[in-house]
Amino acid sequence: MTPRGHRISVEVNGHMHGGEVPARLTLVDWLRDELHLSGTHVGCEHGICGACSVLFDGEAVRSCLMFAVQADGHRVTTVEGLSGEDGRPGELQDAFCETHALQCGYCTPGMLIAAHALLRGNPHPTEAEIREAIGGNLCRCTGYQQIVEAIEHAAAKLAERGAR
Amino acid sequence: MASADAPGEFRYIGKRRRTKEGPRFVQGRGRYVADVALPGMKHVALVMSPHPSARIVAIRTEAARALAGVRYVLTGEQFCAATESLQIGVDAPQVTRYALAHEVVRYAGEWVVAIVADSRALAEDAAELVEVEYEPLPFVVDPERALAADAPLVHAAHGSNVLYHRRFVWGPVDEAFAGAAHRIAFRAVWGRSSTVPIETFGVVARWDPGTELLDVWASIQMPKFPDQVARALRLPGNAVRVHYDVDVGGSYGGKRGLKHTVLAGYLAMKLGAPMRLIEDRLENMRGGDAHGPDRIFDMEAAFDSDGTIRALRIRAVDDVGAYTGRAPLQLGKPITAICGPYRIAAIEYEPTSVMTHKTPQEAVRGFGQSPTNFALERMMDRVAAHLGMDRIALRRHNLIRKDEFPYRIPSGSAYDSGDYHTVLDKALAAIDYPVLVAERDAARRAGRLAGIGISTCLEPSGGNAAFEILFNPKNETTTWMDSCLVRVDLAGAVTGVIGTSSSGQGHETLVSTVIGEVLERDPASIRVARADSLSALPSNSPVGSRMAIMLGGAAAGAARMIREALIAIAAHNLDCSVEKIDYRDGDVSVIGDPSRKMTWDQLVEIAHRKYHRLPPGMEPGLQAKFVWEVPTGGGLPTPDGRVQMYPCYAFEAHVVYVEIDPDTARPELRRYVCGHDCGVMINPDIVHGMTYGGIAHGIGAALYEKFAYTPDGQLASGTFMDYLIPSALEVPALTIVDHCTPSPLTTFGQKGSGEAGYLGAPAAIANAVNDALAPLGTTLDTLPMTPHELWRKISAARATARS
Amino acid sequence: MKAAAFEYARASSIEEACALLREHGDGARLIAGGQSLAPMMAMRLARPTWLVDINDVPDLQYIRVEGERLLAGACTRQRALERDARAIRLVPLLSQALQWVGHIQTRNRGTAGGSLAHADPSAELPLAACVLDAEVSVRSTRGRRALRAGDLFTGPMTTALAAGELIEEIAWPIWREDRVGSAFTEVSIRHGDFALVAAAAQVALDGEARCLRASFGVGGADATPVAFPELAQTLAGARLEDAIISTIAERAAAALDPGEDLHASAHYRRHLAKVLAERALLEARDRAIARRAGQIRQ
Repeated sequence: MTPRGHRISVEVNGHMHGGEVPARLTLVDWLRDELHLSGTHVGCEHGICGACSVLFDGEAVRSCLMFAVQADGHRVTTVEGLSGEDGRPGELQDAFCETHALQCGYCTPGMLIAAHALLRGNPHPTEAEIREAIGGNLCRCTGYQQIVEAIEHAAAKLAERGAR
Repeated sequence: MASADAPGEFRYIGKRRRTKEGPRFVQGRGRYVADVALPGMKHVALVMSPHPSARIVAIRTEAARALAGVRYVLTGEQFCAATESLQIGVDAPQVTRYALAHEVVRYAGEWVVAIVADSRALAEDAAELVEVEYEPLPFVVDPERALAADAPLVHAAHGSNVLYHRRFVWGPVDEAFAGAAHRIAFRAVWGRSSTVPIETFGVVARWDPGTELLDVWASIQMPKFPDQVARALRLPGNAVRVHYDVDVGGSYGGKRGLKHTVLAGYLAMKLGAPMRLIEDRLENMRGGDAHGPDRIFDMEAAFDSDGTIRALRIRAVDDVGAYTGRAPLQLGKPITAICGPYRIAAIEYEPTSVMTHKTPQEAVRGFGQSPTNFALERMMDRVAAHLGMDRIALRRHNLIRKDEFPYRIPSGSAYDSGDYHTVLDKALAAIDYPVLVAERDAARRAGRLAGIGISTCLEPSGGNAAFEILFNPKNETTTWMDSCLVRVDLAGAVTGVIGTSSSGQGHETLVSTVIGEVLERDPASIRVARADSLSALPSNSPVGSRMAIMLGGAAAGAARMIREALIAIAAHNLDCSVEKIDYRDGDVSVIGDPSRKMTWDQLVEIAHRKYHRLPPGMEPGLQAKFVWEVPTGGGLPTPDGRVQMYPCYAFEAHVVYVEIDPDTARPELRRYVCGHDCGVMINPDIVHGMTYGGIAHGIGAALYEKFAYTPDGQLASGTFMDYLIPSALEVPALTIVDHCTPSPLTTFGQKGSGEAGYLGAPAAIANAVNDALAPLGTTLDTLPMTPHELWRKISAARATARS
Repeated sequence: MKAAAFEYARASSIEEACALLREHGDGARLIAGGQSLAPMMAMRLARPTWLVDINDVPDLQYIRVEGERLLAGACTRQRALERDARAIRLVPLLSQALQWVGHIQTRNRGTAGGSLAHADPSAELPLAACVLDAEVSVRSTRGRRALRAGDLFTGPMTTALAAGELIEEIAWPIWREDRVGSAFTEVSIRHGDFALVAAAAQVALDGEARCLRASFGVGGADATPVAFPELAQTLAGARLEDAIISTIAERAAAALDPGEDLHASAHYRRHLAKVLAERALLEARDRAIARRAGQIRQ
């Protein structure tokens, strides 16, 4: 069987992208291989490690468990889209650099997506809430300690900025 | 290379600095092997054996070949004839190893057929259409069964399943056992787990027939990788160019990928197209050949009533699986710290490396030291229990004292420096130990199972792999080197060039910090570039916690040569001797006459453009290479197997508090403190980060992770649904307390720390769990300590108590 | 781990989804959240020839209160149900159960109906549905029918859904007594993992803390989640002393037929069934006692 391709139109990081995709092409593979947004990573392809996390219509999801064709008409944000409007890294990304919340960098985009979603909905998370928010993102390098510190740091900086 | 600088007198070293690596990763701009896309690239998928042992009767590939988009189908028969068997670390020439099976398969998951197609999905479609007819053969998956004379042989031509066996006796062991007041014996089992990075292994290979060069991009962490690839492909060494500027998504020892690369290289050459082989997670877990130590320890200790340990007998049987690379050597590395941080005069060590029909083992963080530390620390707790002695007091009594360094242990290595008692004190103070004991006791009175675990362990660092010679006398390798090239360009910008890949250790930060320290220039302005293997200076890769020492030392050495050249240029131009030059931040002046001065830019310009103002005999430009051998290296073993291995010894003292739900048997780590001494830390955040990560990895090995096999020889935990890596909800908040006893052997007093945390965490957690179980009168010495295993112990103990 | 090839259609209505299922026969499968189906497809354990996507069918995503029932469209996201104020107030067992389902990413996409259709014996929503005696409304081109949750699950990963049927709505009964307490608990090795065993309980007490009615069940310890209506019935009229609860839990565990796998033996599962059923009942009772009439439920 040679299944037909499907025309899709997806807003990715604020820009519209079109294409024709086979049904079985996953969202993560489409983002990486067709849009060349290689910041989102593949770690397990069965929905456990979280390295493929993106925002889908604003919510953190595992893009290895979605097919690109399902994204037609929807909004996706990847790590590349987390930077500020002027392209500069945002407060959260800066915090990750400040506390050394990454080593090999492979889980980092997924962590940033999960952390971003958390802070958007909960600007003053407790440590327990932070760990729950990143509980679906596995890291083998950091032991999570400096990642938790980064998210706390970012929350504080964002609160400070908001207060001014 | 001893340093005149004391810790605390550095400008950049030891200070908190953001890493160079951070910015690109937080922007999603890392460049991993899966990001390497070459025009015309083809994709490889593998057909894996379903049987643990079988003869390959026939392979039918017509249907696979006929599928649109399939470019090639390769079997072992063709591949094994065209390539060399991969090198192994022991003297066992009959134990051959290729990426594809030929005639027989030896483990479930072994690669049998390689498919090349236009996409990975098509390659997988085609892999399903390959028909392999097998004749199942007898198999063995239990290592002790595999040692029996009548066990099925994994490699028939080798004649047994034993890859290596030797009995080392260092010191008067028998006399010590005969004369000691007490002895204990017990078994400790380290379950098969591994590093399992979030990125699987991958390689892209491209053959250019015009230049006859094979380019390789890989997620690699392996010494001598280009050489072994070339050898296996029957290419000259300079026909393989490995690109080290590929970001590696975690490795911790395991990403050796030799069979993958030889396979991809062969296909690239054969088909004239760039070849991509990225393991999916199923291929990685079953057929990636990166499992870890799988070890049974039988321990005996002889000791006096005051707790003095007189002698140890350590028998270790390790199951390396069906094939081997360097895995048996993971029984050898621990010889460098075989008695841990303790003063023990007599040790017998009997390692056996055995093959079974399981996925092969590869290097894991610590290279066998963590399992050994686990066995040693369980021994210490058991000795304490036997004597009714406090576990901390017992350790204090036996720990080598700070005035005893350098301390030579019976197996031949000298420990360079340390202050183990102080680090232990700091850890106990940080966790407020007396209060913790009270907390534990209160929990017990309330009916909960609660325990405190302590471990005091060494992290050998510096990577002198002299165990290679011990395990294969035909392999007289004593060179364990590293290097760095530093250059200052015409514009005065500084670049350090290294010849290895990195997987999160922050080498760019390490090297730029060291160069900046020596040249007194801001590390932020110093770029670190990576040479490829054709243009690189010798490197033995980041293994064995060696890079802070070796790469740091090399970078410092090269930077010193640059500094000396600048001073020589200055002296020549300011008409004085070099001793009269005051070098400050790259600018120079004459001591006592500061009006006679030159700037960095002026010196650089002379070096590059004003030959007429160079001191006679000095080469033009400003570049220096520094290649050096590991400190205390170069020795061969004595006939009884004594040899100096690793040069530097970092130390860690873990204190952990655990509670186990008495009814569900689910363990929970509540508090965790690690006292850590790795000498001078070049970048504290990087050191802490790796230590936290090592602890988390150790938590996995202690409580969650296991490559479990069924009696049918099948891997039962071959996905992340069953191989359980700890998340942020399993790893508690971690506290590290630092101490610094500098190494007298290194440039700045630094010791290595890449394997920190992992080397002591499983030991501490095992001790904590056993402390929690102690009131029930039961012990558990098998890792991982899963809820099911804990429940079996708890319910058995309760049944015994009732009867 | 790329899925085997399939055809794809996105339904815009329930009728269209049913028609597509019927048209493409046995090889057709629905995809909603995909959190269970997509991994199976990646491992090629599931190989549908047609995927019918119901994520954008508006008639399948809603939460409504109608009389004594909380109605949720089958494609309501688990995360939405978990955080819905009405669900938290009126059927607290739902959000208590949902907090154990995977991780946030899982629940952002996973659906209520999807979890029921997947019928994993250790899954949280199927257990909650059995304990609450939820009613599942099922639709096909042949019309509509209703199933009680207990009749929906027929075996591990197996439901009574016929070919061409899809779950349309789940109706969760609301307990209107003054003092209702519920609890959900499970043991998994890591947070978010599949439960080894799970237990759910809900009790209603009168003013003297006597049981008016109760319901409880255990998941992961048999071929399907198992509710114990007869055992629960014996609690009616009694004061829920610890000893009574313990006995009931013991009897429930004895009635189960747990399986064995890599992570837990049948013996351990049976033991956990007793422990967790007991804990769930105790916690539900304590929450009910803490209730005063008119208070917001926890």
